[in-house]
This record gives sequence, structure tokens and C-alpha cells, in this order.
Amino acid sequence: MSQATLEIRAISGHAGPVPGAGVKREFEVCKLIDTTTCIGCKACEVACLEWNGYTFSETTFDNSYQTMPETAWNYWNLIKFNEHERDDGSLMLLMRKDQCMHCEEPGCLAACPADGAIVQYTNGIVDFQQDHCIGCGYCITGCPFNIPKFSPQARKVFKCTLCVDRVSQGLEPACIKACPTGCLHFGTKPEMKEIAEQRATQLRDHSGFANAGVYDPPGIGGTHVVYVLHDATNPEAYGGLPKDPRIPLMVRLWKTPLKWLGNLAMIGGVVGLFVHYLRFGPKIVEEDDEKSQQERNR
Amino acid sequence: MSGSYLLPNGRILRYTFRERIVHWLAAVSYVYLLLTGLAFWSPWLFWIAVVLGGPTVSREVHDWAGLLFVSATFLMLRMWGSQMREAPGDKAWWRAMPHYIRNEDEAMPSADRFNPGQKLLFWGFFTCGILLLLSGLILWFTDLIPWNLRFLRYLAVILHPASALITIGLFMIHLYMGTAAERGAFGSVIRGDVSRSWALKHHRLWFEQILRNESARK
Repeated sequence: MSQATLEIRAISGHAGPVPGAGVKREFEVCKLIDTTTCIGCKACEVACLEWNGYTFSETTFDNSYQTMPETAWNYWNLIKFNEHERDDGSLMLLMRKDQCMHCEEPGCLAACPADGAIVQYTNGIVDFQQDHCIGCGYCITGCPFNIPKFSPQARKVFKCTLCVDRVSQGLEPACIKACPTGCLHFGTKPEMKEIAEQRATQLRDHSGFANAGVYDPPGIGGTHVVYVLHDATNPEAYGGLPKDPRIPLMVRLWKTPLKWLGNLAMIGGVVGLFVHYLRFGPKIVEEDDEKSQQERNR
Repeated sequence: MSGSYLLPNGRILRYTFRERIVHWLAAVSYVYLLLTGLAFWSPWLFWIAVVLGGPTVSREVHDWAGLLFVSATFLMLRMWGSQMREAPGDKAWWRAMPHYIRNEDEAMPSADRFNPGQKLLFWGFFTCGILLLLSGLILWFTDLIPWNLRFLRYLAVILHPASALITIGLFMIHLYMGTAAERGAFGSVIRGDVSRSWALKHHRLWFEQILRNESARK
């Protein structure tokens, strides 16, 4: 956003063409998560908590490395640990950093009824504006990734912002900053896709992961967080990453056909009743005392 | 049905005080639910929530108003359930419906205390009220639904507006008939009484029963 306005148009006292003028900039940002080099150290979790001002949450134990079952309203970034048995019987410990995917077509935004509570920026970041949030939780229903979480204290919904406050100042998100293995990258969408594809090719050609690939699901127009997976044909193995995420069918039915049908029916009803009144008028009871008298004597 | 329905001023008691209170409990809560619901239905109507005390207040009070409305419909079931049952003449009444629409009421079969149209209104509202309550509870406590039961959320998100739309249709007809079309009906739910001619014209079976009860009493 701010980068767009800081594009150079003219500079003073300069002979020849203005350096940088007319250069087409790529504004769509992207986070790349290479699950194949993640070591599950959780530094990104700590960095996220620190930058966003939350404290560490209580952990649970479920006989694995998993510290808590899913992200929370005050815990936006969580490594999902999954023990995965491969076809040849060997075991893999899959580690996936789970957070908001910043969909190109966000289900949360489609489902939200509150004016201005969810904003999608040109750079692709989907951000919740808690001062406009009414806490209805429709975004929770709209999200195909189980990301927005309701805070019972604030009675509003929270999620990862892709560190919009840092990114707008030209910094990379806090999680990227903290990663010690370099499995996290941040840059423009085309750049990240290119690096991701290179890495996937490397995995296929040299590391024996024949199904290695990039996760950038087209059902929601792609995401601004992409994964490199050892096995892109089985994203579910990575702690329930949906294979073909879409905005839920019922949300789409509600927001388009039902809305139009309902609006037409409501307007049609009002018009119909008005026309009925013009055509037939009211049912007026003739007050006939004599007749009533007869009724009484009957 | 104890007590006399023939009032000293020669008019007929159509709705008792208790019935009127319950009716207006349902009416006020329904109108509030309708307005706040419409605010969340379309961005073009979101201003309604702003007018009614702010969108956050509307979202919170909508839930409680829903409980109030459903409670009122259950009170109605207790008061009117037996009178809302389908009667043998109801099919003939529906067949004669075109006359009713054209205000040719003399061609209509005699109606009891509630005519078949009113019965449909009641059962429509009652059934949709239960669907709205069930889906509304899921939407109210969305955050408590675990991820593997998310189909409940998907169900609720379509069921809630769909059943609300059915009640809106019923409500529009009810409001139109009760205020504009059927003269004397609005007074019956405010002051409680109707004229003898009104009772005779619209609810003849009910009126005759009152007269029979009265002569038996004497």
C-alpha cells in the first residue's frame, strides 16, 4: 500500500531518464513455508506471540510433539506435528506451520455481514478490523482452514494478520524473521512461487520425493501463504490441510441464490399485497344491528 | 374457554388479555428479530443495526430476542394448540380460497375460531420458530462447535435465513390482513373485542358456539 504511493515519478536535477520511473512493481506479497526443512523449533510461534503482544498459552499433551490442538484467538501460529507412515512402512514426522492462508477469495470475507470488519488489501493480506467486528462468527463458518477464532473476552474474532503492521513498513513478518533454518521466506507472490517450484523440483529429482509439490490451492483463487510439501497429493497428512479448499457450498448458496431469491420474494410480496389492496380493497363488515338481533334470538 | 364471551356492551370477546399479551410479546420480539436479521442479511440494510443501537448490540440482543420469540410461540401452542388442529371442513375452505382472496366471503365455508389460513400461519411460524431456534443456537455458539462437526455450521447458515424468509412471507400476509385488509381484526388484538356482525361473518362456527354456550348457561 505505502509502497505503491512511494513509487518514483520524478527526481530533481537529474540528466537522462529517471531511475526507477515507470517500473512496474509487484505488490502481491506471499509467505513461503518449506515443510521439508522445518525442524519444528517453534521459534515462529514465539516471534508471533511477542510481536502481537500475547503470552504463551497453556499446552496439552497428546502423546506427540503437538503442544495444543489448534490455533487460538491469541495464538495465531502453530506448528502441526503429524506422524505419517509412508507406503514402504517408513515413518515421517511431518511439521507444518499453521496460520491464516490469506486466500485470494477469502471465505471469511464473503460470509461476514459487518461493514468493514474484514479488509483485503491489494497486496493480498486479509485483515480483521476488530473495531468493526460484531462477533457473529460467520467468518468461522466461511473459512475452509479453521483459522478465525472467537475471543470470549473481547467477543470478537481474531487471526493472523500476516504482520500487516510490519509489512506496511517494509519489514517481513515476525515468524519469517525468527526462522533459524530458512524454511520460511517472504516476498512477492511470483518470486515465492518460483522458489517453491525450484525446491519442489529439487525434492523430486534429488531427494526421492516423487510427489513433492507446491500447495497454492486454486479453489479459492490461490493463497498468499504457500507450502512446499514432500507429498503434494496428500496435504491432509499435514494436520488436516484440505486437498481442495473452497468457500463452503452452503455459504455460497446463502450468499448468492438464496439472497436473490429472498430479495425477489420479499419485494414481490410487498408489491403483491399492495396490488391486492388496490384491486380488491379491505374486507368490511356491514354493521347490521337487526341481523345481529336475529342472531341473538335464534 | 371459561367465562362469558358476550360482553356487556353487546360485543364479543375475541382475544383474552392473556392472549393479547402473548401475541404482542411475539409481535414485538419478531419485529425486532426481523429488522436486525435484515441488517445482517444485506449490506444495504446494515444501517438498520446502526439505528437500533449499533451492530454489536443488535448482534447480541438478536439472540435473546429469539429466545423470547420462541417462548411466546410455545405459550401460543399451549393456549391455541387444540384450536389450531385440522378440522373436517378445512379442505373445503382451501378449495374456496379464490373467493376469500376476491373478498367474496359469503361464498366461504363457515370458519371456527381460527380459519384454516390462520392455522397455517400458526403452524408455519411455530415450525420455522423451532428451525430458527436450532440453527440460531448453532450460530450463537459457533465458536464452540468443533471442526469435525462443522457441517452443523454449514447447515445452520443456510437453514436460518431460509426459514426466516418463510416467516417473512407469513408475516407480510398476517400484517396486511390484520391491519389493512380485514377491518376490525386489529381492534380484536388490541382491545380484544369484535362486533357481532364481524364474528358472524368471519368465524361463524365460533360465534354460534358462543351463543349456544350462552343459552345453556341461562
